[in-house]
Amino acid sequence: MSGLGLLRGVAFFGALALLPYGVGAPWILNLLIFTLMYAGLASAWNLLGGYAGYPSLGHAAFFGLGAYAIAIVFEDSVGNGYLPFFLLPLIGVGAALVSVPIGWIAMRTRADVFAIVTITLLFITQTLAFNLRSITDGAQGKAVAVPPFPVDTYGWPFYYAMLTLLAVAMGVSFYFRRSKIGLSLAAVRADEDKAHGVGVRVTGVKLIAFALSVGITAMIGGVWAYYLGFVYPQFAVDPLLTIGMVLMTFLGGRATLWGPVIGAFILVPAQQTFAYHFGASQVYLLAYAAIFLIIMLVLPRGILPTITDRLRHRNKRGPGGQQRAAASPVGNPVQAAGMIDELRAAER
Amino acid sequence: MTALLEVEKLCKRFGGVRAVDDCSFSVDEGAITALIGPNGSGKTTAFNMITGYLKSDSGDIRFDGHTVNEPDPARLYRKGLSRTFQQARIFPDLSVEENLVVAAGPPWRSLFGARLTKTDRLRALEMLEEFRLAGLADLPAAELSYGQRKLLEFAAVLMSRPKLVLLDEPTAGVNPVMINMMEHHIRARHKDGVTFLIVEHDMHLVMRLCDPVIVLDRGATIAMGPPAEVQINPIVLDAYLGN
Repeated sequence: MSGLGLLRGVAFFGALALLPYGVGAPWILNLLIFTLMYAGLASAWNLLGGYAGYPSLGHAAFFGLGAYAIAIVFEDSVGNGYLPFFLLPLIGVGAALVSVPIGWIAMRTRADVFAIVTITLLFITQTLAFNLRSITDGAQGKAVAVPPFPVDTYGWPFYYAMLTLLAVAMGVSFYFRRSKIGLSLAAVRADEDKAHGVGVRVTGVKLIAFALSVGITAMIGGVWAYYLGFVYPQFAVDPLLTIGMVLMTFLGGRATLWGPVIGAFILVPAQQTFAYHFGASQVYLLAYAAIFLIIMLVLPRGILPTITDRLRHRNKRGPGGQQRAAASPVGNPVQAAGMIDELRAAER
Repeated sequence: MTALLEVEKLCKRFGGVRAVDDCSFSVDEGAITALIGPNGSGKTTAFNMITGYLKSDSGDIRFDGHTVNEPDPARLYRKGLSRTFQQARIFPDLSVEENLVVAAGPPWRSLFGARLTKTDRLRALEMLEEFRLAGLADLPAAELSYGQRKLLEFAAVLMSRPKLVLLDEPTAGVNPVMINMMEHHIRARHKDGVTFLIVEHDMHLVMRLCDPVIVLDRGATIAMGPPAEVQINPIVLDAYLGN
């Protein structure tokens, strides 16, 4: 890891870890919890939708799975209040395992078809949540037992849980970028058939990305359910949740480490502001649509890739760039022609 | 000489069109074999079936002594059969160097290791030096010219140390200098023991580089032999110029 990158990570998580001490108002902490939640969700979605290029719209299904797991297990009691957090890893692993056969089938389709297949998964899950009443209590919803946390710092455990899960999602994202998994996924994203043809373990890396992506999503769903205390099918398995993840990742930049986080830190507060000003109506959805349009028009690749591209092109125009052009032999016909003679001579 | 690749009575129909129709030929180990024929004679379709990208309707393909019944490009690639595409297919988002490393067919467990290990970089750099692309190693492949992309694709499929390389029109659409470079690289690798099967429309190149030459017409083999013979074969002339 470059020194600067490490510094950035430490500063970011250090600041966020200290933030609750400086924030008095509960509503700000509440906003922060949701911002971290979406940053984690977008980072998790990015593992599949960004790095692998498989635009899942079904992630809310796994979010709901995690939410219901917590709600069902901790319906009556949460002990000292920290028990549900210890169940989260199990939920993550469980969701990841469940997702393997699902991903294996769903990822036989690509791009738009994959998006449709996964959104179908979302609605199937929602329908199940409505109708499997013996388990989910249907439309009535399920309540989670209230933890005995002190009132002053009630939100803190949830805040740190979300922060930890964001760190996990970003950690996996970082690991992807640094490992051959990420290299293979980039090849899959660019040209899957060609990647398969040159021996890239296409199915394997896709399933790894899918499982990790939805596993983290399910864990975040678990914390969400515990924080809210109520789980309803239409909110636990919510298409808007999926759209939020996608939108934030697109805004910040797909297949980048910080893009989804930036997207979440812009959009969640913005959405809250809209909701505050326009009442709890669905008007903020119009704002969502507007943002989508702006991204498509101005930043089709998202904030981060656009910025890094501009920086790179600026550097290229400098002296370093010229050097690189000269180092390219085939870029210069005269030089290349001389080289051919040289090659010919070597052959004889 | 033993045959590295044998194709027997290969057939492929697309609707009513018989793209490849009872096509048989073999490629000897250590040869640079050309596969030529007029447009639409089934060369690329034959390529796609041999490399596992397309399932044949009937017929046998034997590579390196094994019958390839369930064609799978990935497995064939790992067994030493590589190919390039008519329109060079590279990974534009990856750097030139990464394009090579990803095609090296790394084993399962290395997936969890570093994106580019020292060994990877060294091997890639060696290859890039051979192809005179070393100065472009860190550039995104998207910034390469078309000819450079063709070179890169060729270099990338060599990373798996193949026994047989199928080149689909390696010099189509590139400048004359690049054609010479391509020829040089094919010869150099051939000297190292790689067998080639080349689809090519540049007859000058075919005549000086390849032996034997196989001629396809309407999906079937109509002639096969040294370039000098094929060139004056009346059946071949008919196929190209019409009767």
